[in-house]
Amino acid sequence: MAIEILMPALSPTMEEGKLSTWLVKEGDNVGSGDVLCEIETDKATMEVESIDEGVIGKILIDAGTENVLVNTVIAILLEDGEDASVMDNMKPSAAPIATAEAEPVAETTLVAAPVAVIPQTDEIPEGTTFKQQTIREALRDAMAEEMRREDSVFIMGEEVAEYQGAYKVTQGLLEEFGDKRVIDTPITEHGFAGLGVGAAFGGLKPVVEFMTFNFAMQAIDHIINSAAKTLYMSGGQMGCPIVFRGPNGAASRVGAQHSQDYTAWYANIPGLKVVSPYSAEDAKGLLKAAIRDPNPVVFLENELLYGVTMDVPELDDFVLPIGKAKIERAGTDVSIVSHSMGIKLALEAAEILAGQGISAEVLNLRTIRPLDTEAIIASVKKTGRMVTVEEGWVRCGLGAELTAVVMDGAFDYLDAPVARVTSKDVPLPYAANLEKLALPSVDDVVNAARKTCYAD
Amino acid sequence: MAARAAPKKKPTKKNQSSGKIANFSEQEELKSYYDMLLIRRFEEKAGQLYGMGQIGGFCHLYIGQEAVVTGINMALKEGDQSITAYRDHAHMLAVGLDPKGIMAELTGREGGLSKGKGGSMHMFSREKHFYGGHGIVGAQVPIGTGLAFSNKYNGSDNICVAYMGDGASNQGQVYESFNMAKLWNLPIVYVIENNQYAMGTAVARASSQTDFSRRGVSFNIPGVKVDGMDVRAVYAAADDAVKYARENGPIILEMLTYRYRGHSMSDPAKYRTKDEVQRMRAEHDPIEQVKKRILDGRLASEDDLKDMDKKIRAIVTESADYATNCPEPDPSELWTDVLIET
Repeated sequence: MAIEILMPALSPTMEEGKLSTWLVKEGDNVGSGDVLCEIETDKATMEVESIDEGVIGKILIDAGTENVLVNTVIAILLEDGEDASVMDNMKPSAAPIATAEAEPVAETTLVAAPVAVIPQTDEIPEGTTFKQQTIREALRDAMAEEMRREDSVFIMGEEVAEYQGAYKVTQGLLEEFGDKRVIDTPITEHGFAGLGVGAAFGGLKPVVEFMTFNFAMQAIDHIINSAAKTLYMSGGQMGCPIVFRGPNGAASRVGAQHSQDYTAWYANIPGLKVVSPYSAEDAKGLLKAAIRDPNPVVFLENELLYGVTMDVPELDDFVLPIGKAKIERAGTDVSIVSHSMGIKLALEAAEILAGQGISAEVLNLRTIRPLDTEAIIASVKKTGRMVTVEEGWVRCGLGAELTAVVMDGAFDYLDAPVARVTSKDVPLPYAANLEKLALPSVDDVVNAARKTCYAD
Repeated sequence: MAARAAPKKKPTKKNQSSGKIANFSEQEELKSYYDMLLIRRFEEKAGQLYGMGQIGGFCHLYIGQEAVVTGINMALKEGDQSITAYRDHAHMLAVGLDPKGIMAELTGREGGLSKGKGGSMHMFSREKHFYGGHGIVGAQVPIGTGLAFSNKYNGSDNICVAYMGDGASNQGQVYESFNMAKLWNLPIVYVIENNQYAMGTAVARASSQTDFSRRGVSFNIPGVKVDGMDVRAVYAAADDAVKYARENGPIILEMLTYRYRGHSMSDPAKYRTKDEVQRMRAEHDPIEQVKKRILDGRLASEDDLKDMDKKIRAIVTESADYATNCPEPDPSELWTDVLIET
């Protein structure tokens, strides 16, 4: 059967081109890989190679022809022993179609995004006793409990083992679990984040500590391109059960490069879960959940909160659901929605506002992705007002996203425009007075809440 | 496989071309010929389908480099992992994946290895221990190092082979990986497929050290330079390296190879002369080398090889038919596989 040689597309966008030169003539023997002709596209001149072996039976498009559509038959190749007469019986090929004009797409109903199921099991049983713990200790206990539970859980990062953690979060883990499971790495975030992803593909459950999330920018390609996207790109084969954790946001007087809040960055990425605890209870219950989760979880802690002592429930296995927000303080006049350090500001502001006759509800998001939109909408339906608080910058930040959630779900319930409290739109300064001015404050939250209540 | 590589000693002599040529049995000659020819015919067909608009986006062909992945896989055992970058079709054929699933992924159909959601650069197989298929230059190297880490952690004696190009070898994360791999003596073979061009940039224009077998020197990782156009040389070096990695830790193999086609389908390859490509094809073609040995040694007749070619062409044509007739993924697939449900 004679073979039709077609005008090829040589780039993703090519629809037609000029057949500039034939390098073979009718009657020539060609083998696979031999150059047949040259084609000019809008970008370049390219050679067309033969795929098959045979004799050039007929050249159908002359050299120098312009605007030859992709898939036009440009020549006929006769196979071994075939006679030119076979071409007589060949029906003219179907009209060429430009590649861009794919067959009309059958009417496709755009399938709606699945609705996230919000877990409902964050109740602490009545009668539970609590112990006082720092957030640092709660995080450490969460890791230790999960490491006892599963041999495949290990922790790696800079100074996590012998130094006991740059911020002492991993204190005592080396002693209990040994250097096989508590691993000091070189200062090479890009490399060890990628290595962690590979270990997770290989069946382990790595907890990768970044000394701070500022340094994870070196590793962000692996967090996003390797950890978050591979499950999808593999059609569901390659799960990546890994936790990337460490302090996020501003510490104190460490300058612009060490003081960034990455919440909005990671929350933008499908394939990731993003968790950001405020309290010791959050830290314990959510880190255990993150380690058990079969997906990559970015776990954003706060350095300034590590030393804060709070209540942690004394339960054998205290795990909080990822994806569920918590009302930290109930109120009726305005919803203050935040996470991590922002909740500390919000609770202090709510206390001040209470003294001024304004009842503020404080909603602790706990998880940023998937976002508990149901809880946000329910709170705003109740109060009719919302203030968002975050350490990130205002443009395209978390506050913008929360505002959009309320537009979608509680627009008719709003009594005032949403107010956003964020860091000022500058790199964080070092000078003590300027740093204070740049970061969100309790006063900022109080003022924003009063504004939404038209109290001034 | 009957006859194994000739004298086996650990590559203790660092950074020198091993120069070793395995003494192939009849079966090994024929198997390597078949495996390489399957890759070539598959890639030619992929190029043709791309030309017909059936394959979209980028498409990076392996034509010319067939001996590398073929020789390496002959030295691996069950459970050994492999991982590579985006020029990955051959790596999947070499681990034994069905050409139909690969071709259908190239055409973006539901029967593709990634259900059409990955594309030519993103395919994986847990069953065959193939971990992709990565589009970011160099990213596969730390991931492969992590796979080796999991082997060691689990006490398995499997190794990982991480392939990279000469271009990727200049990436910082490669050296971060080398450092950790040696620090922890992870069972990994780094295969640098030096095909002379990082996209359009000749090796000497982008690399201060063009001897890639020496790239592990400052990490105390031994390296061997190998004629990557001779499948027997690749196998001999791989067999040594795999044993070394299983017992000792990381090792680098620099494969001197050559790609005949452009970097991707839309690369006119104006950075090199036609003569250069012709010379490589005429004098070093990995498939022609084996063919000549087979015919000279009368291991098979010209007709036998023609029959084999016909059989391979039929397999490849069948994969192309499948890939062009298989339906596109159901619209509901848009939303699946983003997260594992908990």
